[in-house]
Amino acid sequence: MRHRIVPLCLWLGLMALGGWLVARAHYTADLSAFLPATPSKAQQFLVGQLKDGLASRLILVDIEGADNAVRATASLELAHRLRKYADFRSVLNGEAADFSRDRDFLVAHRYLLSDHVTADNFGVAGLRSAISDSIDMLGSSMGLLAQDLFVRDPTGETLQAILALGQFDRQRRDFGVWVSSDGRRALLLAETRAKGSDSDAQERAIGIIRTSFNEVRTVGESSHIPLTLQMTGPGVFAVEARSMIQHQAIRLSLLSSSFIATLLLLVYRSSRMLVLGLLPVITGAVAGVAAVSLGFGVVHGVTLGFGVTLIGEAVDYSVYLFIQAQRVSGGAAPSGAENLAPSAWTATLWPTIRLGMLCSVCGFATLVPSAFPGLAQLGVYSIAGLLAAGLATRFVLPVLLPSGLTVNVASLGQVFSKGLVKLRAWRVILWLVLFVAGAALYANRSHLWNRELSALSPVPLAEQTLDAKLRADLGAPDVRTLIVVSGNGTEQVLVASEAVGKALDKLVTQGVIASYQSPVQYLPTQLTQKNRRASLPDRGEMAARLRQALEGLPVRVERLHPFLDDVESARRGPLIQRSDLEGTSLAAGLDALLLSQGDEVHALIPLKASGEGPQAFSIDIAKVKRAVESIDAAGAVTTVLDLKVESDTLYSGYLQNALNLSLMGFGAIVLLLAISLRSAKRVFRVVAPLILAVLTVMGSYAVFGHPLTLLHLVGLLLVIAIGSNYALFFDRETSPTHPAGPRILASLIVANLTTVIGFGTLAFSTVPVLSALGATVAPGTLLALLFSATLSAPPRTFSV
Amino acid sequence: MRTTLGMAAIIAMVAGAAADSDAALAQLMSHLSQRRHGHAAFVERQFIAILDRPTEVSGELFYDAPDRLEKRTLKPKLESLILDHDTLDVRRGKTTRTLNLRDYAQIGLFVGSIRETLAGDLGALRQIYNVAFTPVTDGWVLVLTPRDSRLAIQVAKIRLSGQGDELRAIEFQRPNGDHSVMTINPLPDN
Repeated sequence: MRHRIVPLCLWLGLMALGGWLVARAHYTADLSAFLPATPSKAQQFLVGQLKDGLASRLILVDIEGADNAVRATASLELAHRLRKYADFRSVLNGEAADFSRDRDFLVAHRYLLSDHVTADNFGVAGLRSAISDSIDMLGSSMGLLAQDLFVRDPTGETLQAILALGQFDRQRRDFGVWVSSDGRRALLLAETRAKGSDSDAQERAIGIIRTSFNEVRTVGESSHIPLTLQMTGPGVFAVEARSMIQHQAIRLSLLSSSFIATLLLLVYRSSRMLVLGLLPVITGAVAGVAAVSLGFGVVHGVTLGFGVTLIGEAVDYSVYLFIQAQRVSGGAAPSGAENLAPSAWTATLWPTIRLGMLCSVCGFATLVPSAFPGLAQLGVYSIAGLLAAGLATRFVLPVLLPSGLTVNVASLGQVFSKGLVKLRAWRVILWLVLFVAGAALYANRSHLWNRELSALSPVPLAEQTLDAKLRADLGAPDVRTLIVVSGNGTEQVLVASEAVGKALDKLVTQGVIASYQSPVQYLPTQLTQKNRRASLPDRGEMAARLRQALEGLPVRVERLHPFLDDVESARRGPLIQRSDLEGTSLAAGLDALLLSQGDEVHALIPLKASGEGPQAFSIDIAKVKRAVESIDAAGAVTTVLDLKVESDTLYSGYLQNALNLSLMGFGAIVLLLAISLRSAKRVFRVVAPLILAVLTVMGSYAVFGHPLTLLHLVGLLLVIAIGSNYALFFDRETSPTHPAGPRILASLIVANLTTVIGFGTLAFSTVPVLSALGATVAPGTLLALLFSATLSAPPRTFSV
Repeated sequence: MRTTLGMAAIIAMVAGAAADSDAALAQLMSHLSQRRHGHAAFVERQFIAILDRPTEVSGELFYDAPDRLEKRTLKPKLESLILDHDTLDVRRGKTTRTLNLRDYAQIGLFVGSIRETLAGDLGALRQIYNVAFTPVTDGWVLVLTPRDSRLAIQVAKIRLSGQGDELRAIEFQRPNGDHSVMTINPLPDN
């Protein structure tokens, strides 16, 4: 009795512990599973920015339908409602109110912000020229805009300050709110207070936007085209990806589970055995999540999504046990059931499964050192899960099996056995398969793999397109090329940024870049501000110069007293500090470009490519690097980065790394087989069908012009892992001590069907990473079984 | 009694004149709307209180029915202002701004009123302004006063005058007393 109680108690205890760990585990669904944990500091900083920076906190909202006026009303109403929530730091939709504070700030600090403020320009000649320009402006079509400010600012410094901001308020408007360039959509930009990686907070913010929109959409009721809302942004993606992966993982798991359950019920004709059959699966899943939680501290949603994959392999173990066990206990007739067939099974057939399991572990071990947290977790999850499922099958299941174990697969097995004989006759076709697959791979060798990081994005293409469209519409930050200036202290970094800006001005003139943004556009260095302030003469001197400057111009000094007052107060006033920007939209602009991390301060200087059309996004990085390297950065460090190239290089490196590791894993599997089987011929018989299956799948992808990603590589590893079980059983079958049996054959077919069903459902997922995995493993394992059967040697004695 | 009769006569006259002027206005508008293109030279002087002398700019106007109007200033500085449908393109020096007419009422009003008049679009004019029509000896005068109080902050009155289907002068009056006068001389179409 003891030998039954001990493993059961042990299992129950471990499952309770595992269950507790699973319940306590912290789950995350941000995109960091796909952001490499990079070695370089600058890149780490960038990954951090992608996860938590300003860009990650922006939600882009787009309202379509009805007509321009209704959309504008909806935009105003929606923004008004959203501003009441503390979840949003700012909600911008182009309303004049958004910018009146900005305007006030710019007017108040114009003499410190305008780069036009120099001693020369405030001499008699400079004043004269600036004021006569402004008078021209008054007479022009734009004059009415300038008139109100003329007596305070006759030299036009406010305009200069606005121009210095570059991108300031270029967005197209209609009925007072931002619209897309075709005018058909109203646009809003909401910045959440929470980080982009805080998916719960992002989900709440998105919910608030949806609910508020539902409240305001009634303004469009009279129109026959109803108002609709679209949202995009990193936070939206993360939340959608999380819910999609969770939904699909759950839905697809349920779907494939019910298919598999139906199949197993048909085979077993016993619900009790069906439940027992799921025991290794559940054990494996619990062990996998618990191991990941222990090892990483946090479980990625994507890892859970892969949980469905474990069903495919772990359920095989019980299939093997249930179907094969009887064969050993005494022939096709299940009369002597109390012979405890399972214990005989553990002695004779278990070693084969164990070897297959160890092969799988070798395959997945290669994922563990991966630099992508998502892949490393998948490796740990699979190893722990498979070991646990295997151990449960070996030690727990036999104990729980009913004494009258009957699975009647005799007729099924016979059919398959006959098919097997025919398959062996077709063996020569495999050479053709090998040739065609090899030719397809060779012909497409240059673009077999997709080396872009975006290939791994869990966000469907349609969503990525929408995001790009909204970003283009809103001119929202979509940083590709940028210069990072890092140093200690804000002033040092700003001084260096100013020097970089001077070098970039030359590049703008040369047409190398169209424009750039810099934190000094929002907050000039204290030194520059002091110089500007010092170039303003005192009131008496100023009045004298002005009197001279106005000679012959149609303005008298008496009218310009407000100007003299403003200059004098600027001359005596304080310099602008970072805190002065608070409450304006400029503060958000500065925060996006000037970041503090502990003692370190980083300035980001995004560059905009010149030109339009296909060349619009290419910047000659070498020229930028040369220009920036030559400047005196005052002790700060400047780095020129092309984010897309940078991340693609990284990903490409990881892909290469993963490919190398996979090959090593494959080598380890061959070594393991060589040690266990001690026969080159047998190793070949096991390995050849697996290689052939992998090549065929890869070749098909190549033929259909579908480049492979890291996820497909994982899928191919799974094909080897699962397929090795098939190949090993066929190898057993031919070994002289263990005569072949239709029962084993039947168990393999059932096991393969469950795998194909499990992964086949995954192939229909709209989450690219899930479908890639499914569409690789389902055909791959089917081929592995077919090829293993075809290549298996005919037994010396073949009996049913 | 006499006075009453006199009053009645005056009222009848005014009413008759109003009916006449309505018909004449409709006729003028339909006359204007026949015109597909226009090309003219202009001189615009602005009388601004803070300036001792009026400013003066000159250039050319181009009109294509029904909704494209370009004001090309040649002196003293090159500037181009194109109103096409409801977008306004302003080019001055190196800067180009594209604005929406509705959001830059101060600028849009002026060009908008010219364009609607040229198009003979009385409906569009009446949406924004009260339109008063007076025939004069050698032509006609249209006086536009804004209906919307928000608009009245920007503009007190726009007075357009012309002969036949030609617009000859536009006066723009601001509530603070500033005003501008644009005189227009037709040029041959090219």
